Amino acid sequence: MEFARKVGAAVINALSYLGSLAALAGRAAFAAFIGPFLGRPVRFQSAVEQAMEAGVRALPILSLITFFIGLILALQSAYELKRFGALNYVASAVAISMSRELGPLITAIVVIGRSGSAFAAEIGTMKVSEEIDALETMAIDPVHFLVTPKFIAMVFMLPCLTIWANSMGILGGSLFGVLQADFTWTRYIHASLEALFLRDVVTGLIKSFMFGVTITAVGCLEGLSTGGGAEQVGRSTTRAVVVSIFLVILVDLVFTTLFFFLGAH
Amino acid sequence: MPGIADPTRPSVSLDGPMISLREVRVSYTGREILHGITFDVQRGETLVILGGSGSGKSTLLRTLVGLEKPSSGEVWIAGKNFSAISETERDDIRKKIGMSFQGGALFGSMTVGENVALPLREHTKLEESTIDIMVRLKLDQVGLSGYEQYMPSQLSGGMKKRAAVARALAMDPEILFFDEPSAGLDPIIAAGIDQLILDLKQAFRMTIIVVTHELASAFLIADRMVLINKGDVVAMGTVKEMQNSTHPRVRQFMDRVPEPAVAQELDYLQMLTEQQPRQGSPSPGKSR
Repeated sequence: MEFARKVGAAVINALSYLGSLAALAGRAAFAAFIGPFLGRPVRFQSAVEQAMEAGVRALPILSLITFFIGLILALQSAYELKRFGALNYVASAVAISMSRELGPLITAIVVIGRSGSAFAAEIGTMKVSEEIDALETMAIDPVHFLVTPKFIAMVFMLPCLTIWANSMGILGGSLFGVLQADFTWTRYIHASLEALFLRDVVTGLIKSFMFGVTITAVGCLEGLSTGGGAEQVGRSTTRAVVVSIFLVILVDLVFTTLFFFLGAH
Repeated sequence: MPGIADPTRPSVSLDGPMISLREVRVSYTGREILHGITFDVQRGETLVILGGSGSGKSTLLRTLVGLEKPSSGEVWIAGKNFSAISETERDDIRKKIGMSFQGGALFGSMTVGENVALPLREHTKLEESTIDIMVRLKLDQVGLSGYEQYMPSQLSGGMKKRAAVARALAMDPEILFFDEPSAGLDPIIAAGIDQLILDLKQAFRMTIIVVTHELASAFLIADRMVLINKGDVVAMGTVKEMQNSTHPRVRQFMDRVPEPAVAQELDYLQMLTEQQPRQGSPSPGKSR
Protein backbone atom coordinates (compact mmCIF):
# COMPACT_ATOMS: atom_id res chain seq x y z
CA MET A 1 0.00 0.00 0.00
CA GLU A 2 2.69 2.40 1.13
CA PHE A 3 4.94 1.13 -1.65
CA ALA A 4 2.27 1.64 -4.29
CA ARG A 5 1.71 5.18 -3.01
CA LYS A 6 5.42 5.94 -3.25
CA VAL A 7 5.68 4.57 -6.76
CA GLY A 8 2.62 6.54 -7.75
CA ALA A 9 4.02 9.73 -6.27
CA ALA A 10 7.35 9.20 -8.04
CA VAL A 11 5.62 8.64 -11.38
CA ILE A 12 3.49 11.74 -10.93
CA ASN A 13 6.58 13.75 -9.99
CA ALA A 14 8.49 12.53 -13.03
CA LEU A 15 5.56 13.28 -15.34
CA SER A 16 5.05 16.75 -13.91
CA TYR A 17 8.78 17.41 -14.32
CA LEU A 18 8.59 16.37 -17.97
CA GLY A 19 5.53 18.58 -18.29
CA SER A 20 7.41 21.58 -16.90
CA LEU A 21 10.28 20.88 -19.31
CA ALA A 22 7.90 20.74 -22.25
CA ALA A 23 6.15 23.92 -21.09
CA LEU A 24 9.45 25.79 -20.77
CA ALA A 25 10.70 24.56 -24.15
CA GLY A 26 7.35 25.49 -25.65
CA ARG A 27 7.47 29.02 -24.23
CA ALA A 28 11.05 29.46 -25.44
CA ALA A 29 10.15 28.16 -28.90
CA PHE A 30 7.13 30.46 -29.04
CA ALA A 31 9.25 33.46 -28.11
CA ALA A 32 11.90 32.40 -30.65
CA PHE A 33 9.78 31.65 -33.69
CA ILE A 34 6.40 33.35 -33.22
CA GLY A 35 7.26 36.23 -30.86
CA PRO A 36 9.17 38.23 -33.51
CA PHE A 37 6.01 38.36 -35.66
CA LEU A 38 4.06 39.74 -32.71
CA GLY A 39 6.48 42.62 -32.26
CA ARG A 40 8.62 41.03 -29.56
CA PRO A 41 12.06 40.75 -31.15
CA VAL A 42 14.49 38.11 -29.97
CA ARG A 43 17.67 39.31 -28.25
CA PHE A 44 19.78 38.34 -31.22
CA GLN A 45 23.01 39.71 -29.76
CA SER A 46 22.61 37.55 -26.69
CA ALA A 47 21.83 34.48 -28.84
CA VAL A 48 25.07 35.04 -30.78
CA GLU A 49 27.04 35.34 -27.55
CA GLN A 50 25.48 32.13 -26.28
CA ALA A 51 26.23 30.39 -29.57
CA MET A 52 29.87 31.48 -29.30
CA GLU A 53 30.10 30.22 -25.74
CA ALA A 54 28.18 26.95 -26.15
CA GLY A 55 29.32 26.20 -29.68
CA VAL A 56 32.53 27.74 -30.90
CA ARG A 57 34.40 27.59 -27.59
CA ALA A 58 33.47 23.91 -27.24
CA LEU A 59 35.32 23.04 -30.46
CA PRO A 60 38.82 22.31 -29.06
CA ILE A 61 37.72 19.91 -26.34
CA LEU A 62 35.03 18.35 -28.53
CA SER A 63 37.56 17.79 -31.34
CA LEU A 64 40.00 16.09 -29.03
CA ILE A 65 37.38 13.84 -27.44
CA THR A 66 35.72 12.77 -30.69
CA PHE A 67 39.10 12.19 -32.35
CA PHE A 68 39.93 9.75 -29.57
CA ILE A 69 36.47 8.19 -29.74
CA GLY A 70 36.94 7.61 -33.48
CA LEU A 71 40.29 6.00 -32.83
CA ILE A 72 38.85 3.81 -30.08
CA LEU A 73 35.98 2.77 -32.35
CA ALA A 74 38.44 1.78 -35.07
CA LEU A 75 40.51 -0.26 -32.63
CA GLN A 76 37.48 -1.98 -31.15
CA SER A 77 35.86 -2.84 -34.47
CA ALA A 78 39.19 -3.97 -35.92
CA TYR A 79 39.52 -6.44 -33.04
CA GLU A 80 36.47 -8.29 -34.35
CA LEU A 81 36.82 -7.55 -38.07
CA LYS A 82 40.38 -8.87 -38.17
CA ARG A 83 39.09 -12.39 -37.47
CA PHE A 84 37.14 -12.27 -40.72
CA GLY A 85 39.95 -10.62 -42.60
CA ALA A 86 37.65 -7.66 -43.15
CA LEU A 87 39.85 -4.86 -41.88
CA ASN A 88 38.82 -2.66 -44.81
CA TYR A 89 35.36 -2.42 -43.23
CA VAL A 90 36.83 -0.41 -40.34
CA ALA A 91 36.19 2.83 -42.23
CA SER A 92 32.49 2.18 -42.68
CA ALA A 93 32.07 0.86 -39.14
CA VAL A 94 33.56 4.03 -37.69
CA ALA A 95 31.71 6.37 -40.06
CA ILE A 96 28.32 4.81 -39.46
CA SER A 97 28.55 4.46 -35.70
CA MET A 98 29.94 8.00 -35.37
CA SER A 99 27.28 9.74 -37.40
CA ARG A 100 24.30 7.66 -36.30
CA GLU A 101 25.07 7.43 -32.62
CA LEU A 102 28.32 8.49 -31.02
CA GLY A 103 28.79 11.85 -32.75
CA PRO A 104 25.46 13.26 -31.49
CA LEU A 105 25.76 11.58 -28.11
CA ILE A 106 29.33 12.59 -27.28
CA THR A 107 28.60 16.12 -28.48
CA ALA A 108 25.57 16.26 -26.23
CA ILE A 109 27.55 15.04 -23.23
CA VAL A 110 30.34 17.57 -23.80
CA VAL A 111 27.75 20.34 -24.18
CA ILE A 112 25.93 19.22 -21.01
CA GLY A 113 29.19 19.47 -19.09
CA ARG A 114 30.09 22.86 -20.52
CA SER A 115 26.78 24.62 -21.11
CA GLY A 116 23.91 22.75 -19.46
CA SER A 117 25.61 23.13 -16.11
CA ALA A 118 26.50 26.75 -16.86
CA PHE A 119 22.86 27.58 -17.69
CA ALA A 120 21.70 26.14 -14.37
CA ALA A 121 24.45 27.94 -12.45
CA GLU A 122 23.90 31.28 -14.19
CA ILE A 123 20.11 31.31 -13.88
CA GLY A 124 20.27 29.79 -10.38
CA THR A 125 22.61 32.53 -9.18
CA MET A 126 20.31 35.12 -10.70
CA LYS A 127 17.38 33.52 -8.92
CA VAL A 128 19.17 33.55 -5.56
CA SER A 129 20.25 37.19 -5.91
CA GLU A 130 16.67 38.23 -6.81
CA GLU A 131 17.65 39.17 -10.37
CA ILE A 132 14.88 36.99 -11.81
CA ASP A 133 12.39 38.75 -9.50
CA ALA A 134 13.82 42.07 -10.65
CA LEU A 135 13.15 41.11 -14.28
CA GLU A 136 9.56 40.24 -13.42
CA THR A 137 8.93 43.49 -11.57
CA MET A 138 10.30 45.31 -14.63
CA ALA A 139 7.68 43.50 -16.74
CA ILE A 140 10.41 41.56 -18.57
CA ASP A 141 9.61 37.88 -19.06
CA PRO A 142 12.59 35.88 -17.73
CA VAL A 143 11.91 33.10 -20.23
CA HIS A 144 11.96 35.50 -23.16
CA PHE A 145 14.96 37.38 -21.78
CA LEU A 146 17.15 34.50 -20.59
CA VAL A 147 15.95 31.18 -21.93
CA THR A 148 15.08 32.03 -25.53
CA PRO A 149 18.58 33.18 -26.61
CA LYS A 150 20.08 30.04 -25.08
CA PHE A 151 17.44 27.93 -26.77
CA ILE A 152 18.13 29.42 -30.19
CA ALA A 153 21.89 29.11 -29.73
CA MET A 154 21.66 25.48 -28.67
CA VAL A 155 19.29 24.17 -31.34
CA PHE A 156 21.52 25.72 -34.00
CA MET A 157 24.88 24.90 -32.49
CA LEU A 158 24.29 21.30 -31.47
CA PRO A 159 23.75 20.00 -35.04
CA CYS A 160 26.76 22.05 -36.18
CA LEU A 161 28.93 20.65 -33.42
CA THR A 162 27.67 17.17 -34.27
CA ILE A 163 28.80 17.45 -37.89
CA TRP A 164 32.19 18.59 -36.64
CA ALA A 165 32.29 15.72 -34.14
CA ASN A 166 31.46 13.19 -36.88
CA SER A 167 34.31 14.47 -39.02
CA MET A 168 36.79 14.42 -36.16
CA GLY A 169 35.71 10.88 -35.28
CA ILE A 170 36.29 9.74 -38.87
CA LEU A 171 39.66 11.48 -38.77
CA GLY A 172 40.51 9.60 -35.58
CA GLY A 173 39.51 6.32 -37.20
CA SER A 174 41.62 7.11 -40.25
CA LEU A 175 44.72 7.27 -38.06
CA PHE A 176 44.26 3.59 -37.29
CA GLY A 177 43.22 2.84 -40.86
CA VAL A 178 46.38 4.34 -42.30
CA LEU A 179 48.80 2.97 -39.73
CA GLN A 180 47.37 -0.52 -39.32
CA ALA A 181 44.94 -1.40 -42.10
CA ASP A 182 46.77 -0.49 -45.31
CA PHE A 183 44.54 2.48 -46.08
CA THR A 184 45.82 5.71 -47.57
CA TRP A 185 44.24 8.91 -46.18
CA THR A 186 42.24 9.56 -49.31
CA ARG A 187 41.10 5.97 -49.62
CA TYR A 188 39.98 5.94 -45.96
CA ILE A 189 38.00 9.15 -46.30
CA HIS A 190 36.57 7.90 -49.56
CA ALA A 191 35.54 4.59 -47.99
CA SER A 192 33.89 6.46 -45.10
CA LEU A 193 31.90 8.69 -47.43
CA GLU A 194 30.97 5.68 -49.52
CA ALA A 195 29.57 3.88 -46.50
CA LEU A 196 27.47 6.81 -45.28
CA PHE A 197 23.99 7.41 -46.52
CA LEU A 198 22.45 10.84 -46.13
CA ARG A 199 19.93 9.13 -43.84
CA ASP A 200 22.65 8.21 -41.34
CA VAL A 201 23.80 11.79 -41.03
CA VAL A 202 20.31 13.27 -40.97
CA THR A 203 19.01 10.96 -38.24
CA GLY A 204 22.04 11.94 -36.15
CA LEU A 205 21.32 15.62 -36.74
CA ILE A 206 17.65 15.25 -35.83
CA LYS A 207 18.72 13.58 -32.61
CA SER A 208 21.24 16.32 -31.86
CA PHE A 209 18.54 18.96 -32.39
CA MET A 210 16.37 17.19 -29.83
CA PHE A 211 19.36 16.93 -27.48
CA GLY A 212 19.79 20.70 -27.78
CA VAL A 213 16.16 21.26 -26.77
CA THR A 214 16.50 18.82 -23.86
CA ILE A 215 19.77 20.23 -22.49
CA THR A 216 18.54 23.83 -22.63
CA ALA A 217 15.19 23.00 -21.05
CA VAL A 218 16.74 21.01 -18.20
CA GLY A 219 19.54 23.52 -17.50
CA CYS A 220 17.19 26.50 -17.50
CA LEU A 221 14.41 24.77 -15.55
CA GLU A 222 16.86 23.68 -12.86
CA GLY A 223 18.19 27.23 -12.69
CA LEU A 224 14.72 28.76 -12.49
CA SER A 225 13.60 26.35 -9.76
CA THR A 226 16.62 27.01 -7.55
CA GLY A 227 15.59 27.64 -3.95
CA GLY A 228 17.16 30.17 -1.63
CA GLY A 229 20.85 30.08 -0.78
CA ALA A 230 24.14 29.59 -2.58
CA GLU A 231 24.35 25.86 -1.84
CA GLN A 232 21.11 25.42 -3.80
CA VAL A 233 22.87 26.70 -6.91
CA GLY A 234 25.39 23.88 -6.61
CA ARG A 235 22.59 21.39 -6.19
CA SER A 236 20.74 22.73 -9.25
CA THR A 237 23.91 22.52 -11.32
CA THR A 238 24.53 18.91 -10.34
CA ARG A 239 20.92 18.01 -10.97
CA ALA A 240 21.02 19.72 -14.36
CA VAL A 241 23.97 17.55 -15.43
CA VAL A 242 22.58 14.28 -14.10
CA VAL A 243 19.05 14.82 -15.38
CA SER A 244 20.31 16.05 -18.77
CA ILE A 245 22.50 13.00 -19.30
CA PHE A 246 19.63 10.71 -18.37
CA LEU A 247 17.10 12.49 -20.56
CA VAL A 248 19.47 12.75 -23.51
CA ILE A 249 19.95 9.01 -23.41
CA LEU A 250 16.20 8.52 -23.09
CA VAL A 251 15.55 10.80 -26.07
CA ASP A 252 18.29 8.93 -27.95
CA LEU A 253 16.57 5.62 -27.26
CA VAL A 254 13.17 6.92 -28.35
CA PHE A 255 14.47 8.37 -31.60
CA THR A 256 16.75 5.44 -32.40
CA THR A 257 13.77 3.10 -31.96
CA LEU A 258 11.67 5.39 -34.12
CA PHE A 259 14.28 5.50 -36.89
CA PHE A 260 14.77 1.75 -36.66
CA PHE A 261 11.13 1.06 -37.37
CA LEU A 262 10.81 3.83 -39.92
CA GLY A 263 13.88 2.48 -41.71
CA ALA A 264 12.57 -1.09 -41.72
CA HIS A 265 9.70 -0.25 -44.02
CA MET B 1 -7.46 51.41 14.73
CA PRO B 2 -6.77 54.59 12.80
CA GLY B 3 -6.00 54.52 9.14
CA ILE B 4 -7.65 51.28 8.17
CA ALA B 5 -10.45 51.77 5.71
CA ASP B 6 -13.55 49.64 5.63
CA PRO B 7 -13.10 46.57 3.44
CA THR B 8 -15.23 47.65 0.53
CA ARG B 9 -14.16 47.97 -3.07
CA PRO B 10 -11.73 50.89 -3.34
CA SER B 11 -12.63 53.81 -5.58
CA VAL B 12 -10.96 54.07 -8.98
CA SER B 13 -10.91 57.86 -9.06
CA LEU B 14 -7.65 59.77 -9.42
CA ASP B 15 -7.55 60.85 -5.82
CA GLY B 16 -8.44 57.39 -4.54
CA PRO B 17 -5.83 55.22 -2.87
CA MET B 18 -2.85 54.17 -5.02
CA ILE B 19 -2.68 50.75 -3.41
CA SER B 20 -5.42 48.88 -1.60
CA LEU B 21 -5.19 45.52 0.07
CA ARG B 22 -8.37 43.68 0.94
CA GLU B 23 -8.14 40.66 3.25
CA VAL B 24 -5.00 39.44 1.51
CA ARG B 25 -3.90 35.94 2.49
CA VAL B 26 -0.71 34.36 1.20
CA SER B 27 0.40 30.77 1.69
CA TYR B 28 3.71 29.05 1.05
CA THR B 29 3.60 25.26 0.64
CA GLY B 30 0.42 24.96 2.69
CA ARG B 31 1.54 27.32 5.47
CA GLU B 32 -0.26 30.64 5.65
CA ILE B 33 2.17 33.56 6.01
CA LEU B 34 -0.25 36.49 5.77
CA HIS B 35 -3.61 36.13 7.48
CA GLY B 36 -5.87 38.69 5.86
CA ILE B 37 -4.10 42.03 5.46
CA THR B 38 -6.18 45.11 4.75
CA PHE B 39 -4.91 48.66 4.29
CA ASP B 40 -4.73 51.55 1.82
CA VAL B 41 -1.83 53.64 0.63
CA GLN B 42 -2.70 57.10 -0.65
CA ARG B 43 -1.17 58.76 -3.67
CA GLY B 44 2.12 60.51 -2.86
CA GLU B 45 2.29 58.92 0.55
CA THR B 46 5.31 57.18 2.06
CA LEU B 47 4.31 54.08 3.96
CA VAL B 48 6.82 52.16 6.03
CA ILE B 49 6.08 48.51 6.69
CA LEU B 50 7.69 47.55 9.98
CA GLY B 51 8.08 44.11 11.40
CA GLY B 52 10.56 41.68 12.89
CA SER B 53 12.27 38.87 11.04
CA GLY B 54 9.74 36.30 9.89
CA SER B 55 6.83 38.65 10.47
CA GLY B 56 5.75 38.36 6.84
CA LYS B 57 6.73 41.88 5.82
CA SER B 58 8.90 40.73 2.92
CA THR B 59 6.14 38.39 1.71
CA LEU B 60 3.78 41.36 1.91
CA LEU B 61 6.09 43.42 -0.29
CA ARG B 62 6.49 40.56 -2.77
CA THR B 63 2.70 40.28 -2.92
CA LEU B 64 2.38 44.01 -3.56
CA VAL B 65 4.66 43.84 -6.61
CA GLY B 66 2.98 40.67 -7.85
CA LEU B 67 5.80 38.21 -7.17
CA GLU B 68 3.53 36.22 -4.85
CA LYS B 69 -0.07 35.42 -5.65
CA PRO B 70 -2.52 35.85 -2.78
CA SER B 71 -4.47 32.68 -2.01
CA SER B 72 -7.44 34.92 -1.31
CA GLY B 73 -8.20 38.61 -1.07
CA GLU B 74 -7.48 41.42 -3.51
CA VAL B 75 -4.53 43.67 -4.28
CA TRP B 76 -5.57 46.87 -6.03
CA ILE B 77 -2.86 48.96 -7.65
CA ALA B 78 -3.69 52.18 -9.50
CA GLY B 79 -7.36 51.21 -9.62
CA LYS B 80 -6.78 47.71 -11.05
CA ASN B 81 -7.23 44.40 -9.24
CA PHE B 82 -3.76 42.94 -9.63
CA SER B 83 -4.85 39.32 -9.31
CA ALA B 84 -7.75 39.50 -11.73
CA ILE B 85 -6.20 41.12 -14.79
CA SER B 86 -4.52 39.78 -17.91
CA GLU B 87 -0.76 39.33 -18.29
CA THR B 88 -0.56 42.40 -20.57
CA GLU B 89 -2.43 44.61 -18.12
CA ARG B 90 -0.22 43.36 -15.30
CA ASP B 91 2.86 44.25 -17.32
CA ASP B 92 1.40 47.72 -17.94
CA ILE B 93 1.07 48.24 -14.19
CA ARG B 94 4.53 46.86 -13.59
CA LYS B 95 5.94 49.50 -15.90
CA LYS B 96 4.52 52.07 -13.47
CA ILE B 97 6.25 50.59 -10.45
CA GLY B 98 9.90 50.49 -9.51
CA MET B 99 11.39 48.09 -7.03
CA SER B 100 14.69 48.32 -5.23
CA PHE B 101 15.68 44.89 -3.94
CA GLN B 102 17.54 44.23 -0.71
CA GLY B 103 20.81 43.24 -2.37
CA GLY B 104 20.28 45.53 -5.35
CA ALA B 105 19.62 42.61 -7.74
CA LEU B 106 21.66 44.32 -10.45
CA PHE B 107 22.45 42.08 -13.42
CA GLY B 108 26.03 41.00 -12.89
CA SER B 109 26.74 40.52 -16.59
CA MET B 110 25.84 44.12 -17.49
CA THR B 111 27.43 47.45 -16.63
CA VAL B 112 25.65 49.85 -14.29
CA GLY B 113 24.61 51.93 -17.29
CA GLU B 114 23.18 48.91 -19.13
CA ASN B 115 21.31 47.91 -15.98
CA VAL B 116 19.59 51.28 -15.81
CA ALA B 117 18.99 51.29 -19.57
CA LEU B 118 17.44 47.81 -19.63
CA PRO B 119 13.81 48.73 -18.86
CA LEU B 120 14.05 51.63 -21.32
CA ARG B 121 15.45 49.40 -24.06
CA GLU B 122 12.83 46.71 -23.41
CA HIS B 123 9.76 48.90 -23.09
CA THR B 124 10.33 52.06 -25.07
CA LYS B 125 11.33 52.84 -28.63
CA LEU B 126 13.70 55.61 -27.58
CA GLU B 127 16.89 56.24 -29.53
CA GLU B 128 20.14 55.04 -28.01
CA SER B 129 21.32 58.64 -27.58
CA THR B 130 18.17 59.53 -25.64
CA ILE B 131 18.56 56.44 -23.49
CA ASP B 132 22.15 57.44 -22.77
CA ILE B 133 21.01 60.83 -21.54
CA MET B 134 18.27 59.32 -19.40
CA VAL B 135 20.69 56.84 -17.87
CA ARG B 136 23.08 59.66 -17.00
CA LEU B 137 20.20 61.63 -15.52
CA LYS B 138 19.01 58.77 -13.35
CA LEU B 139 22.51 57.96 -12.13
CA ASP B 140 23.03 61.64 -11.38
CA GLN B 141 19.83 61.62 -9.34
CA VAL B 142 21.20 58.93 -7.03
CA GLY B 143 24.69 60.46 -6.87
CA LEU B 144 26.39 57.93 -9.12
CA SER B 145 27.27 60.08 -12.13
CA GLY B 146 30.25 58.73 -14.02
CA TYR B 147 29.72 55.12 -12.99
CA GLU B 148 27.98 54.00 -16.23
CA GLN B 149 30.85 51.76 -17.31
CA TYR B 150 31.42 50.06 -13.95
CA MET B 151 30.33 46.47 -13.40
CA PRO B 152 28.07 45.91 -10.37
CA SER B 153 30.79 43.77 -8.77
CA GLN B 154 33.06 46.83 -8.68
CA LEU B 155 30.58 48.83 -6.58
CA SER B 156 30.28 48.95 -2.79
CA GLY B 157 27.07 47.82 -1.07
CA GLY B 158 25.70 51.34 -0.77
CA MET B 159 26.52 52.18 -4.37
CA LYS B 160 24.83 48.99 -5.56
CA LYS B 161 21.66 50.04 -3.76
CA ARG B 162 21.85 53.48 -5.30
CA ALA B 163 22.34 51.99 -8.75
CA ALA B 164 19.34 49.73 -8.09
CA VAL B 165 17.29 52.81 -7.19
CA ALA B 166 18.41 54.45 -10.44
CA ARG B 167 17.22 51.37 -12.35
CA ALA B 168 13.91 51.42 -10.43
CA LEU B 169 13.53 55.09 -11.42
CA ALA B 170 14.32 54.48 -15.08
CA MET B 171 10.71 54.28 -16.25
CA ASP B 172 9.62 57.27 -14.10
CA PRO B 173 7.44 55.07 -11.90
CA GLU B 174 4.44 56.24 -9.93
CA ILE B 175 5.11 53.82 -7.11
CA LEU B 176 8.48 52.93 -5.68
CA PHE B 177 9.10 49.91 -3.47
CA PHE B 178 12.12 49.46 -1.23
CA ASP B 179 13.07 46.18 0.41
CA GLU B 180 15.26 46.86 3.47
CA PRO B 181 17.02 49.88 1.94
CA SER B 182 19.46 50.31 4.81
CA ALA B 183 20.13 46.67 5.72
CA GLY B 184 23.84 45.90 5.85
CA LEU B 185 24.95 49.49 5.33
CA ASP B 186 26.93 51.66 7.72
CA PRO B 187 24.96 54.48 9.41
CA ILE B 188 26.29 57.22 7.16
CA ILE B 189 25.52 55.41 3.90
CA ALA B 190 22.14 54.35 5.33
CA ALA B 191 21.36 57.98 6.15
CA GLY B 192 22.29 58.83 2.57
CA ILE B 193 19.74 56.31 1.26
CA ASP B 194 17.10 57.78 3.62
CA GLN B 195 17.87 61.24 2.27
CA LEU B 196 17.55 59.90 -1.27
CA ILE B 197 14.08 58.53 -0.46
CA LEU B 198 13.07 61.88 1.07
CA ASP B 199 14.35 63.72 -2.01
CA LEU B 200 12.39 61.47 -4.35
CA LYS B 201 9.28 61.96 -2.27
CA GLN B 202 9.60 65.73 -2.30
CA ALA B 203 10.68 66.12 -5.90
CA PHE B 204 8.29 63.72 -7.63
CA ARG B 205 5.44 63.12 -5.15
CA MET B 206 5.90 59.41 -5.69
CA THR B 207 4.02 56.83 -3.69
CA ILE B 208 6.73 55.06 -1.75
CA ILE B 209 6.52 51.81 0.18
CA VAL B 210 9.49 50.88 2.34
CA VAL B 211 9.94 47.61 4.20
CA THR B 212 12.39 47.91 7.05
CA HIS B 213 13.09 47.11 10.65
CA GLU B 214 15.32 50.17 11.16
CA LEU B 215 13.25 52.39 13.44
CA ALA B 216 15.35 55.53 13.09
CA SER B 217 15.10 55.44 9.33
CA ALA B 218 11.39 54.62 9.48
CA PHE B 219 10.62 57.64 11.71
CA LEU B 220 12.53 59.89 9.35
CA ILE B 221 10.95 58.92 6.04
CA ALA B 222 7.45 57.69 6.91
CA ASP B 223 4.16 59.52 6.54
CA ARG B 224 2.42 56.51 7.96
CA MET B 225 3.64 53.21 9.35
CA VAL B 226 2.15 49.77 9.59
CA LEU B 227 3.45 47.16 12.01
CA ILE B 228 3.22 43.56 10.90
CA ASN B 229 3.57 40.68 13.33
CA LYS B 230 3.16 36.99 12.48
CA GLY B 231 1.27 37.80 9.32
CA ASP B 232 -1.23 40.23 10.81
CA VAL B 233 -1.45 44.02 10.86
CA VAL B 234 -0.88 44.95 14.51
CA ALA B 235 -1.21 48.68 14.16
CA MET B 236 -1.24 51.39 11.55
CA GLY B 237 -0.93 55.12 11.89
CA THR B 238 1.18 58.22 11.50
CA VAL B 239 4.64 58.39 13.03
CA LYS B 240 3.24 60.34 16.03
CA GLU B 241 0.40 57.90 16.54
CA MET B 242 2.78 54.97 16.49
CA GLN B 243 5.23 56.62 18.86
CA ASN B 244 2.44 57.37 21.32
CA SER B 245 0.65 54.06 20.88
CA THR B 246 -0.17 52.07 23.99
CA HIS B 247 -0.58 48.79 22.10
CA PRO B 248 1.76 46.34 23.87
CA ARG B 249 3.23 44.91 20.68
CA VAL B 250 3.85 48.38 19.22
CA ARG B 251 5.43 49.51 22.50
CA GLN B 252 7.63 46.43 22.52
CA PHE B 253 8.80 47.17 18.98
CA MET B 254 9.23 50.92 19.51
CA ASP B 255 11.04 50.51 22.82
CA ARG B 256 13.10 47.57 21.52
CA VAL B 257 12.10 45.24 24.37
CA PRO B 258 13.23 41.66 23.86
CA GLU B 259 10.78 38.78 24.20
CA PRO B 260 10.63 37.75 27.91
CA ALA B 261 12.98 34.81 28.26
CA VAL B 262 11.03 32.55 30.67
CA ALA B 263 7.73 33.02 28.94
CA GLN B 264 9.47 32.25 25.68
CA GLU B 265 10.47 28.77 26.84
CA LEU B 266 6.98 28.02 28.06
CA ASP B 267 5.54 29.40 24.85
CA TYR B 268 7.94 27.26 22.92
CA LEU B 269 6.85 24.12 24.76
CA GLN B 270 3.25 25.05 24.30
CA MET B 271 3.80 25.75 20.64
CA LEU B 272 5.45 22.37 20.18
CA THR B 273 2.68 20.45 21.91
CA GLU B 274 0.01 22.38 20.08
CA GLN B 275 1.43 22.13 16.62
CA GLN B 276 2.71 18.58 16.59
CA PRO B 277 -0.51 16.82 15.60
CA ARG B 278 -1.34 19.45 13.03
CA GLN B 279 1.91 19.33 11.10
CA GLY B 280 2.40 15.63 10.48
CA SER B 281 0.18 13.05 12.09
CA PRO B 282 1.75 9.58 11.84
CA SER B 283 0.24 7.81 8.90
CA PRO B 284 -1.76 4.71 9.85
CA GLY B 285 -0.73 3.01 6.61
CA LYS B 286 2.92 2.91 7.64
CA SER B 287 2.62 0.06 10.18
CA ARG B 288 0.87 -2.27 7.80
